[in-house]
This record gives sequence, C-alpha cells and structure tokens, in this order.
Amino acid sequence: MIVMNMVTPPPDLAAISALQSKLVSALRPILPEHALLWEPEDTIPYECDGLAAYRRMPLAVALPETEEQVAQILKICFEMQIPVVPRGSGTGLSGGAMPLSQGLVLSLAKLKKIISIDPFTRTAVVQPGVRNLAISEAVGHLGLYYAPDPSSQIACSIGGNVNENSGGVHCLKYGLTLHNVLRVRGVLMSGEIVEFGSLAPDSPGLDLLAIMMGSEGMLAVVTEVTVKLVAKPKLARVIMASFDDIEKGGNAVAAIIAAGIIPAGLEMMDKATTRAVEEFVHAGYDLDAAAILLCESDGTPEEVAEEIERMTKVLEHAGATGIQISRDEAERLKFWSGRKNAFPAAGRLAADYYCMDGTIPRRHIATLLKRIQGMEVKYGLGCLNVFHAGDGNMHPLILFNGADQEEWHRAEEFGTEILEACVELGGTITGEHGVGIEKINSMCVQFGEGERESFWGVKAAFDPEKLLNPDKAIPTLNRCAEYGRMRISGGNLPHPELERF
Amino acid sequence: MTATNPRISSFREQILNAAKNQTPLSIEGGGTKAWYGNPNQLTKLDTLSYSGILEYQPEELVITACAGTPLKEIEAALKEKNQVLAFEPPHFGEHATFGGAIAAGLAGPGRISVGNFRDFVLGARILDGKGQDLSFGGKVMKNVAGYDVSRLLPGSMGTLALLLEASVKVLPKPAATATLRCQISQEKALRILNEWAGQPLPLSASCWIGNQDSDGELTIRLSGAVAAVKAATPLMSSLVNAYEITPEEAAIFWNDVREQKLSAFTSLTGNQTLYRLALPAACGPLVFPNSNKDEVLEWHGQQRWVKAPGDEATFTAIKKIVSSHGGHVTRFKQGSDVDPSLQRFTLLSEQAHSTALETVQARLRSAFDPAGVFATKRLP
Repeated sequence: MIVMNMVTPPPDLAAISALQSKLVSALRPILPEHALLWEPEDTIPYECDGLAAYRRMPLAVALPETEEQVAQILKICFEMQIPVVPRGSGTGLSGGAMPLSQGLVLSLAKLKKIISIDPFTRTAVVQPGVRNLAISEAVGHLGLYYAPDPSSQIACSIGGNVNENSGGVHCLKYGLTLHNVLRVRGVLMSGEIVEFGSLAPDSPGLDLLAIMMGSEGMLAVVTEVTVKLVAKPKLARVIMASFDDIEKGGNAVAAIIAAGIIPAGLEMMDKATTRAVEEFVHAGYDLDAAAILLCESDGTPEEVAEEIERMTKVLEHAGATGIQISRDEAERLKFWSGRKNAFPAAGRLAADYYCMDGTIPRRHIATLLKRIQGMEVKYGLGCLNVFHAGDGNMHPLILFNGADQEEWHRAEEFGTEILEACVELGGTITGEHGVGIEKINSMCVQFGEGERESFWGVKAAFDPEKLLNPDKAIPTLNRCAEYGRMRISGGNLPHPELERF
Repeated sequence: MTATNPRISSFREQILNAAKNQTPLSIEGGGTKAWYGNPNQLTKLDTLSYSGILEYQPEELVITACAGTPLKEIEAALKEKNQVLAFEPPHFGEHATFGGAIAAGLAGPGRISVGNFRDFVLGARILDGKGQDLSFGGKVMKNVAGYDVSRLLPGSMGTLALLLEASVKVLPKPAATATLRCQISQEKALRILNEWAGQPLPLSASCWIGNQDSDGELTIRLSGAVAAVKAATPLMSSLVNAYEITPEEAAIFWNDVREQKLSAFTSLTGNQTLYRLALPAACGPLVFPNSNKDEVLEWHGQQRWVKAPGDEATFTAIKKIVSSHGGHVTRFKQGSDVDPSLQRFTLLSEQAHSTALETVQARLRSAFDPAGVFATKRLP
C-alpha cells in the first residue's frame, strides 16, 4: 500500500472551524453521540480510502444507523449547502471516498444488516454496509451465492460495489454488479427516498437503475440493495497453463473465447508477478514462463469435465509449454493463491505499489504488455502485471518507494501513460476501480467536452446543487483545460491542491 | 468525434431544425414496432440510411453496428461465427433494425437466464438534442469511466437521443439445447420453475400457455454444455412427466414465442388489449376482471401476457392488482376499436417511492435534449 505520514492541514482554519461547529450542532439532535465524529483523532481514519496517497480531513463524519437518519443528514446538509462524501468500507482504490475539507463524510458502515433472504426467488435484501462476502456466507447453506467477487470481497461493502459496478475474477461468466442487482433503494441529496429498479424484470420509465451502477456516490446515497442469488456450482476446476511468450498467452485467451467457451475465470500473470508470488505462496508456479494463464470451469461434474477437455485442447493448440489441471479443491485453491496474493506479494518487493485498472480489447493484451515493458525502462520503475484476461481488465502494479516524492511522481506519470495507452488501444481508463479523484485528469483524455458536459447534466438531474461527492469522477471544463496546458509544458503534479509526501 | 459522415450531418441538420421550430421528431427504423408505445403524428427521423456492421471481432464477443442495420444482418453475421444475441430480441417484422431493437429494449425467451438488452450494451454513439455527436461507454466488458449513459438507451424508445451506433456484447451459441414439454397447472409450473432456477441446472427459457381453470402446456428449454443438457433432461422430465420435442419443432416454437406468432398473441378482437405484465418471481397466479383467463407466461412467470378489454377501467384494475405485487403493466398491443390515445404505460409516479424520480427523469431528458426534439411522449 502507498504509505503517507503527513496529515494535510485544512486551509483557512477559522472559517472551517466555524462551519464545523454549525454542522455538528445541526446534526447532533438527530444522531446518537457515538455516531457523530469531529475531533481530529476520531476523524483521521476517514481522511482517505484504499488510495492512501490522496487524503484530506473532513469537517465531520456521520455514522447513521437508520435510513431515516441518512435522509435527515442529507436534508440538513442540503439546507446548509454542505457537500457530502458517502463512504462504504473505505476499500476503494481511486479515492472516491476522499473527504472534502468543507464537507461531511457519510459512512454507511453501521447499516450492515441482512434484511431478508428468499431462497424461492433467489434474492436477498441487504443494507449497504453488508460486506460482499457476508452475503455468500449467509446464503451458502441454501446452495446459493452472490456472484460478483471483487478481490476485496472480505472487506468491501455492497453499497460500494453498486457505486463502482464491481466485477471480480468470475464476472466474464457471471456479470458485474449491474447484472446481479435488481433494486437499489437510496436517498437523493434533497433527502427524498427513492427506489431504482424493482423485483420485476424491468420498471417503468428510463432505466435509472443502470445509471446508478458505477455512479461513484455522486447521484444518490444507497440505503438498501436487493441482490440476485445464483445456484452454487457443484464443482470448479482450474487449468494452469504456461507460455514462453506473452503474445502466445494473449492469443490463447482470444482462442478460448473464439472456441465458444466462457470460462468461469480467465486470469493472466506475467513472469515478474509469477516470481514475486511464488516466493510468497509456494504454489509451484512455472518460474520460466513468460505468462501464466488460469482458466476455471464450473458447473456439474459432467459439464466441467467437458469444458476442461475443450479448454485444454485450445491451450495446447495455442502453444502452452505446460498444463496442469487441479485434481481437487485444495489444489484449485493453491493454483489461485498466487493470483489472489499478487498485491501482498508486490508489497514485499517494494515499499509501495500503485495499482492501475485500465481495460483494453483482449486482442491488444500483448501489445499493452510490451509497451509497459518499455515504460519500465523509461520511468526506471518495475511493474507487475496481473489481469482479468477474460475481459481485458489489466491491473499493472507499479513498484516504487513512497518515501521518495520524486519516485511517486514518476509512478504517477507511469500510471497515466498506461491509461492513455489503454484509451489509444480502444479501451478505458478504469474497468472496476472507478475514476474517483485519482483518474479525474485521465477523463479529459478519454472523453471530449460534449460528453463531460453530458455527465454534468446527469449529475445535475439527481443533484442540481452539486453537493453529493461533487469533486469526483467528472472533471470540470477548467480542470481539463488546466490539465491540457500542464501536459504541454510537462509541468506540475496532477493535483496541485493536494498535499503530498 | 466529428460528424464528417454526410448521413450524420443530415441527421444533425434535422435535429437542429426541429429544435429551432419546436417540432419534435419521431425516430423510426424499419417501422416493425411502430405500434409499440404511445402513438404520434410527428415528423419522422428515418435511421434506415445509416446502416452497416462497423466492427465484429468474435473473440472479443462484441459487435458494433449502425442503428439502421437490419437486425437479421447482425444475427446472420453472428451465426456465421456460432454466436448469438443471447437475450433474443424480437424482430416483429422483416425490416427490424438494430437501433429499433435497442430503443424498444424488448427481449425474448432467453432473457430470464441471460439478462435483458441493457445488460448487453457496452457503448453507444448518439446525437443529442443539441446535435452533438457523443460517445459513451466503449467496446470492453468492464468500464466505469463516467456515468453509464449507453445503458439508458435500451427501452428509452427514442425519447432521450438519436442512437447512431452501439456496441453490444454477444455470446457463443450454447453447445447443446433440448426442449421439454408437459401438461401442468400454472401454480405448479411457477413453483417448479423457480425451484429449478435456484439449482445448478441448464434451464434457459420457459413458456406456460393455458387457462387457469385447468392444466396448461409448459415448455422449457435447456441450454449449455452437452453433458449438462444430457444429464438434466431425464432428471427434469421425470419430475413433471415431460417429453422432449424435436429440435425442428422446438426452433419453430421458441421463434413463435419470441415473435408473438402463437395464436394466444394473434387472436385479438377489436376492443381487446394485449397487456404485458412484468412481475417479481414471487408472484403466483393472478386473476383479472373480464379477462378470458387465457394467458401466456414467460420468464418463469415474470413476464405474462393477458388479453382483456382495452378500456381504461380494465387497465386501471389490472394495474392495481399487478402493482400490489410489485410489478407494472403495459398496453402492449391494441385491437382496432381501442382508443389509441390512452396511456400505454404504467407511469413512474404510480410506482412506490418513485415520485422524486419523475423529476430526475425529466431533468435527465432535458440535459440531453433541452429543446424537446425527442419529446414524443412515446415513453412517458
């Protein structure tokens, strides 16, 4: 993780302090004492989310325990024109929950009840603070589970998943949050309670549930989610295939899809990653392979046997130098352990790492990997490449030392160049981590002025006063103009207003 | 992106003129679904001239095409590579277009197992009501850069923007399928379909046709790996005493369901309306006033078709029953004697906790279309 020790002192202390007292006295009557924090020692854990390089202290943090309290808080802030940053588990990797120094952090962490489970209709109604994995754990005895499984699933909350449209290693076959949520209940910035979608297969009017997905806490505060549950497959097996060339590995991915197979998981790791994780997990990875593919099949035993056989043939034909098929559940988990531990393994190689999240068409995987190799030389920094190959979602981990400010600057530039390459190859700057504050400048590259203006139009349709998480995801015209000038002059840091280490 | 294409330039000109003269445009492709939604007599914006598949890479599972491309051209291109639009959008005629299918947002039998049209849309290029050429989303499966505007288009019925091009996810054709049929009451059918849907079985579609007073005909489709279909066929057949029908017969049947060619759909008298009901999975059999009790249930009961008089009182009564179960109703098709000016859809404001969303929806439309170029009210 990116480490930073300095706390940003808020600008204009007197004005901030006056605003803070006003806000705290307005919220006090509606919240229990323990649910409202404003002393710095209490609010400091909220100064950043999973992207610790960007931090700010908020005016206060509210931890409502009911939907009614959420609505009241929003109404008060609306009346006082104080911006609100919603927050789930704080595992986000793009700074989407970074506070505003003149705003309130609204944590949904205490809304963590599973309200109901209905095995007959394969649905569960949960509060936003319920952890992703907790849903599957609660319904496992019914032979059901909640399919999207982002890597942070032990900690991340379903409310956060809705706001990032999270995927996971199985989303090629089972879909994103979008495909697994039927209904979202939430509160608009005005304090009005609304419901997006329904338990029916569609709803009247425009599909507002679709636009809520991945909206990064900028349109409404989620207070309840109805998720779809799916039948747990009887069996899962994974093939681990080695390739002596990245290009061959990339082509193998395309060949599996072209053969009409949608694997339950299709992941790839490059050589640097394999070596780093092997040292960490001792899974018996092929250390000489330029790329390792993990292809999972799930379903009934008959189905799995058929699919494993088909995939094995395709992989052999694509030039795999080694193929191992998991014989039992323990071995399957062992094969996966490296992929699942890529992040901590990166943490052992360098003081810090910076995780990127671009997505590209599958056929360009090898092209991008080769470009990243060039960038490693250019920026003098190492990079581990792990990715959801099945859907072209790359997670390059740039290694750097956060104690060295110049090195962090280089890491950021490195990341920005990767994202621009993703856009150029027909992809996108973020597959599942969100834009947040981190990639807001890259939005100027991916979208033109007209699109960005439309995004502001969407934002204003839900929140005309621009009070809900207003500084995230969508750059202003000025910011993009400024970014353009900076790029030309090769000048300053992307976020001059933020304190850095 | 700039509109150098002369067809796009002419679309833009038409939009700008409409904005200036305050004369809304009714977008039309092949006209195969012209009867769907609230009717209008407005000037047409014809998308047929903007046609063609722009990019299709089978290994990317994505096809990108212009709005005016014939849907059958797209399906033929996919078929050549053994791929499909898994949600089976209905054509309702020879000349159905890609854009029209997206705007209608309808899906066929496969919807219950794979999702609806919006679940498959990855990106779109539009002209908004200001004539701006805008692109949202992309051609990749995972993308959270900016709000997901392209997924607002399916089912928007041309009331938000002019769709120029869209990228849609495709899937491989299932390796095997089998179709089973049995006689069973509606209540039992709904129960067993939901039970099966919660088990690891390759159930991909269902259709129950009949009258609630007696057993109806339940047809189910299994799709998936050869081994999965082979193993599930005897297991599921034995539970409901079903028999397998031939692949030829099955193909005709599922196409007739998708294209509404079954007699249950076509025999509409002058004063009748074919109501489409969208309902939660939990909803059991429903009884409606004045309906002839003949019903078609798809999507394991989540989409139901009921024929009843087309007057407003009947619509209101059906809406009341359906909304008490958490669903909504559409006047899908109308007999020739039914007043065409009656509202075809359940309004957003008639749903629970949706009042504030009416305002949101109005603002959203005006953000894309401030002058009301696409304000046909075809979808309220």
